[in-house]
Amino acid sequence: MTRTIEEINAKIKAGKVVVYTAEEVIGLVREKGVSQAAREVDVVTTGTFGPMCSSGAYFNIKQSTPKIKCGGGRVTFNGVPVYAGWAAADLYLGCSALPDEDPRNAVYPGLFKYGGAHIIEDLLSGRKVKLVAQAYGTDCYPRKEYTTELGLEDFNNAVLFNPRNGYQLYNVAVNLSERTIYTYMGVLRPRLGNANYSTAGALSPLLKDPELRTVGLGSRVFLGGAEGYVVWPGTQHVPSPPRAENGLPLTPSATLALIGDLKQMSPRFLRAASFTGYGATLAVGLGLPIPVLDEQVMAQAAISDEEITYPIIDYSEAYPLARPGDLGRVSMAELMSGQIEVSGKKVPTGCLASRARAREVALELKQRIKDGRFHLTQPVAPLPGAELA
Amino acid sequence: MKKKLVISFPPRLIQEPVTYHLIRDYNLQVNILRATVRPRERGRMVVELMGDKKDLDRAFEYMEDVGLQADPLVQEMRYYPERCVHCTACTAVCPTEALTVDPQSRELIFEASHCIICESCIAACPYSAIESQF
Ligand code: SF4
Ligand code: SF4
Repeated sequence: MTRTIEEINAKIKAGKVVVYTAEEVIGLVREKGVSQAAREVDVVTTGTFGPMCSSGAYFNIKQSTPKIKCGGGRVTFNGVPVYAGWAAADLYLGCSALPDEDPRNAVYPGLFKYGGAHIIEDLLSGRKVKLVAQAYGTDCYPRKEYTTELGLEDFNNAVLFNPRNGYQLYNVAVNLSERTIYTYMGVLRPRLGNANYSTAGALSPLLKDPELRTVGLGSRVFLGGAEGYVVWPGTQHVPSPPRAENGLPLTPSATLALIGDLKQMSPRFLRAASFTGYGATLAVGLGLPIPVLDEQVMAQAAISDEEITYPIIDYSEAYPLARPGDLGRVSMAELMSGQIEVSGKKVPTGCLASRARAREVALELKQRIKDGRFHLTQPVAPLPGAELA
Repeated sequence: MKKKLVISFPPRLIQEPVTYHLIRDYNLQVNILRATVRPRERGRMVVELMGDKKDLDRAFEYMEDVGLQADPLVQEMRYYPERCVHCTACTAVCPTEALTVDPQSRELIFEASHCIICESCIAACPYSAIESQF
């Protein structure tokens, strides 16, 4: 059995496409087998919703009169510094940027209640932000100071551009030390007090196409509630990770650089988060449609929570000091049970990504495809290390 | 019978030996979960009282008579469902069964009656969906 993207898009147009979410398809394959399921289903939708620190947005502001050159100057949104190393009116806001006066971890652990991500959420929620720009002034851009209030609609462009999202597989974090530590994997209590994980498991986009046979540069995705695109491999993308027999990587590996129109996005799928002792970050709702091009695609899209395993890493020493340390592996199903065993000790688990919201992403993408509001794209090039089906 | 309460003391009653009376005069078991007293401000104490219904009722009368305010505990930790994304990060640090996950929907369940206001969940929640009123 093979199928092309054109055939799938024709079925979407005709209103005849069959779409399952990456959770739903597991049951179907168990019941009917891979071949039958592959014949019946055209597209499998995935979803994830979790903190992804390499996220941010670039903006182009309408010029003031007289004009101002922000490039090389200093610009803040609600006190949060924005990168202004570009042309006169282009700015980039990273989700982890903090106001200068934030005490950070000087008052330990810092709370990071307001940062770049919160600006993005404010704009998406219809609130205005205060822009303050200081420039050095030129003959063509004489203005030196500019203060104004801007809502999302006031920008010429507002584009979400995330250099690294959708990490394929991630660590389970624990703390072997004697004190509580505050990490990007959340609060980790001493002596294996808890184990935190951050993945959508059987719904996770890149885990359901583990060898990246259907996703590549140019793939259209669900990003923050709108359409987005894969523009490049994400930073730190690992082209040839060690893999298990079912194709799943054994360590954190593939990543995606994503882009999309912020003006079309929704605060339901882009949320500001404050990690105590660590920083501000953006929780991103991301969904990839997997076209069922052949039986192998279907077999891998049906990988279950029992089959996906993650390495357990100590974040008190092994991670920060890059020391090896083998605490074993654990499956998504075990993690979701609320308790795992590490070094013979029962450890409660907590997640940083929301499975409930990931499910909502996958269902929303499924609905849009069925309604003919979302068509699939043929990638223009594979991701490094991958071969397209 | 068991009751979890927040007892508020106006400044003039900070010296009142409340727990002593509750134990001595009303035969109650008193488990102090939290207490804050600052000079010239209201003091607040979260307690679990255990005893006969009759004794508990008499204890409530006594507290009302001397001018102490005793409220049921539920209002203390506030959960904001509209802010919660159901990540479940908080469940791993909750020492009781106050924060759990529905295995089907994967949504958070906050059971206020199990909460002992240890406040561990506040730092664990990245979305300020649980806050203390204490
Ligand atoms: S305050 Fe403590 S007991 Fe109450 S919900 Fe939070 S972690 Fe659980
Ligand atoms: S940590 Fe916060 S957002 Fe996550 S489930 Fe708990 S209350 Fe909800």
